[in-house]
Amino acid sequence: MAIEQPVERPLSPHLQVYRREFNMLTSILTRITGNALIVSALMIVWWLLAASTSESYFAVANGFVTSWFGQLIWALSLLGIWYHYLAGLRHLYFDAGHGLDMETADKLGWVCLIGSVVLTLITLLIV
Amino acid sequence: MRYLTARKRAIGKGASGTGTEHHWQMQVSAVALAFLVPTFLIVMGRAIGQDHAGVLATFARPFPAILAGLTIFVSMIHFKKGAIMMIEDYWHGSLRKVLIMLVIGLSYSIIAVGLFALAKMAL
Repeated sequence: MAIEQPVERPLSPHLQVYRREFNMLTSILTRITGNALIVSALMIVWWLLAASTSESYFAVANGFVTSWFGQLIWALSLLGIWYHYLAGLRHLYFDAGHGLDMETADKLGWVCLIGSVVLTLITLLIV
Repeated sequence: MRYLTARKRAIGKGASGTGTEHHWQMQVSAVALAFLVPTFLIVMGRAIGQDHAGVLATFARPFPAILAGLTIFVSMIHFKKGAIMMIEDYWHGSLRKVLIMLVIGLSYSIIAVGLFALAKMAL
């Protein structure tokens, strides 16, 4: 009877064997921004719950949310959501089979990076 | 007795065993969020910074309340799938299962808290 033993198998080479490419940055940023947005989701539902509970609880949550630290989280979340938004649209465009040559992909990557900053500033100005 | 042949059961499923279901669900929620998020940002941006009475008045109106509920629900479904995908990439074994359970629990908890708060203010 064979006893199952854990075997140290070689892993296939990963990040260390690749030259750094622009696409790596745009790709990992999509994942980081998407998952980091959970912070603002928690803040939003906490603030909503406090508002629905009582005046005094709302004062606590609203105090945090409108403090400089809360404002910093909102600003970073805006940058995150706009980047994730644009990168998501780019992803849908890729999925449909367009823009997959290097030049167009890189160009769209820059659109995501610069566009997210521009959209964040616009949001901060008008809202 | 299985009536389907092994080939018939495997076809179209790929390595994940679930075919393109995950990817398709992400595309659907992504397109939904593409419409929801900009509108939600405007509503939330205007609501934050108001006093308590102002916030209650905002979410007593149908449009902000329904929009917020829908955005919280769809975004958490989208987050759940995306976060599970990340966990599957970086963690293995029992830790992976625990983390996936935590993410699913967190996502549904946020939906429940958000919808409860909105319902209480709207009704």
